[in-house]
Amino acid sequence: MIDTLRLTAEEAARLLETGEVSGDELRGAYVEAIGARDPELHAYLHVVGEAGDGVPIALKDNITTRGIPTTAGSKILEGYVPVFDSTVAWRVKDARLPLIGKTNLDEFAMGSSTENSAYGPSHNPWDLERVPGGSSGGTAAAVAGGLAPWGLGSDTGGSIKQPASLCGLVGLRPTYGTVSRYGIVAFASSLDQVGPITKTVRDCARLYATISGRDPCDSTTVELPEPVEIPEAEVLNGLRIGIPRELNEAEGIEPGVKEAVSQAIALSEELGAEVGECRLPRSVDFGLACYYLVAPAEASSNLARYDGVRYGYRAAGDGDLTALYSRTRWEGFGPEPRRRILIGTYALSAGYYDAFYGQAQKVRTVIAQEHATAFEDYDLLLSPTSPTVAFKIGEKAENPLAMYLSDLLTIPANMAGLPGLSIPCGLSEGLPVGLQILGSQFSENLMFRAGHALERALDFDYVPERLR
Amino acid sequence: MAITREDVLHVARLARLEIPEGEVDRVREELGAILEAVGKVAELDLSDVEPTSHPLAVVNVWAEDDPRPSLSPEDALANAPDPVDGAFRVPAVGT
Repeated sequence: MIDTLRLTAEEAARLLETGEVSGDELRGAYVEAIGARDPELHAYLHVVGEAGDGVPIALKDNITTRGIPTTAGSKILEGYVPVFDSTVAWRVKDARLPLIGKTNLDEFAMGSSTENSAYGPSHNPWDLERVPGGSSGGTAAAVAGGLAPWGLGSDTGGSIKQPASLCGLVGLRPTYGTVSRYGIVAFASSLDQVGPITKTVRDCARLYATISGRDPCDSTTVELPEPVEIPEAEVLNGLRIGIPRELNEAEGIEPGVKEAVSQAIALSEELGAEVGECRLPRSVDFGLACYYLVAPAEASSNLARYDGVRYGYRAAGDGDLTALYSRTRWEGFGPEPRRRILIGTYALSAGYYDAFYGQAQKVRTVIAQEHATAFEDYDLLLSPTSPTVAFKIGEKAENPLAMYLSDLLTIPANMAGLPGLSIPCGLSEGLPVGLQILGSQFSENLMFRAGHALERALDFDYVPERLR
Repeated sequence: MAITREDVLHVARLARLEIPEGEVDRVREELGAILEAVGKVAELDLSDVEPTSHPLAVVNVWAEDDPRPSLSPEDALANAPDPVDGAFRVPAVGT
């Protein structure tokens, strides 16, 4: 009897290697689990159940997969079947990881809850009335709900870290440029990164090693300066850890979240780290505004390709070509993409470019500089990943600005191109709290080392209480 | 931040989004609220700061000019809403 709720990718690989379990049995276990629990979780948009002898994996539905529907959670791509594989899907295939299915997401990765999916929200396995986070909420719900041992999400403003936090999982937003964006449905090209969502830090490191590395098809990628190390050590001696005041004391952080994170910080000291306070004076204060100018501006350009001509939804009715474009796009896009395209277009338009987009680009420099200064004195920075635990479905859906606040703590590092690892550090009112570990560029091995040591000491049970 | 109906319609036209008449005011209010919030970036004096457009310092990434196979015509048309004679059919460009 395979316990898909508890099984890690590492353990699954071991079972396959020793022959204790066959690829077919493993596949069958996930298909059965999906039958039992996906009707209530709605983690998957498309189940494939590919046969194979490697550890099965779930992929967010903005990751292009040849011959398998890819919707980006939007009606404008309903029925779209890609004729090519993204580099990431290709690397997963090359590593012989069979595809379980494509998971739900906020439309075009725009959102923090999956409530912006044109196909309905996913539900948090810890509490079905609550969101799993977003935009990679489908992947998080699948992994936490025992419907996949591991999966891939994407992160632009926090869309891997935040759902990992809300679902009690590990999530890595990699250093910008270390994972190819070729074939990833583009949202904001200077921010988008694909990364793992897993049950353990070691699984995360393993999956990152599989997907990372320079890609000739994506000129913004670079080779990793050093190979990925699967973490072993369980102490933090020699590590200098900074606690940015503005990230840890921002308005809106729930007391239970603050408490769990404080305990994790104290634990890191017990494990041998040197802990001290640092400042990010303007990064948190101006991070959201900066992101909600830069990202929509880039999105307005990237989403211009959806015009009803070559693929996807096309509006019915009479009219000229311009009418076709305009009607197709209004009808095909949901409310959040429409909002962001309009904001982005406004911010880039003549007369407003300097004050909005131009200024936001400069704020980005300030944020990068503040983080670089912090990293002169510290190796890693710690903060909560999300200001809150999982909120109820419907609670923030009608208020875009309230929803945007979910990204308050994940955005600043993203603007600086910095990697971040979220690990579960405790519960608040029975719901998972995530600890965000930030590093300088290419410091993934250090983050894995710290994350693994803390994970072992925290001993957080990632199987949702209601499913044990 | 107050934006006018004309602003909204202008931006919608640039973005090729046809906002139904009955929704223009709602969109105007929503955009106004968001622009108010993001307009916060104007509070900082950043006259001496260089803009960042790219988080990683890569410059001039070259590739060899080697021809390779691209999409076949069949693949290129595989998802076309209205393929005709190996082309994508669309309404005429208006006057």
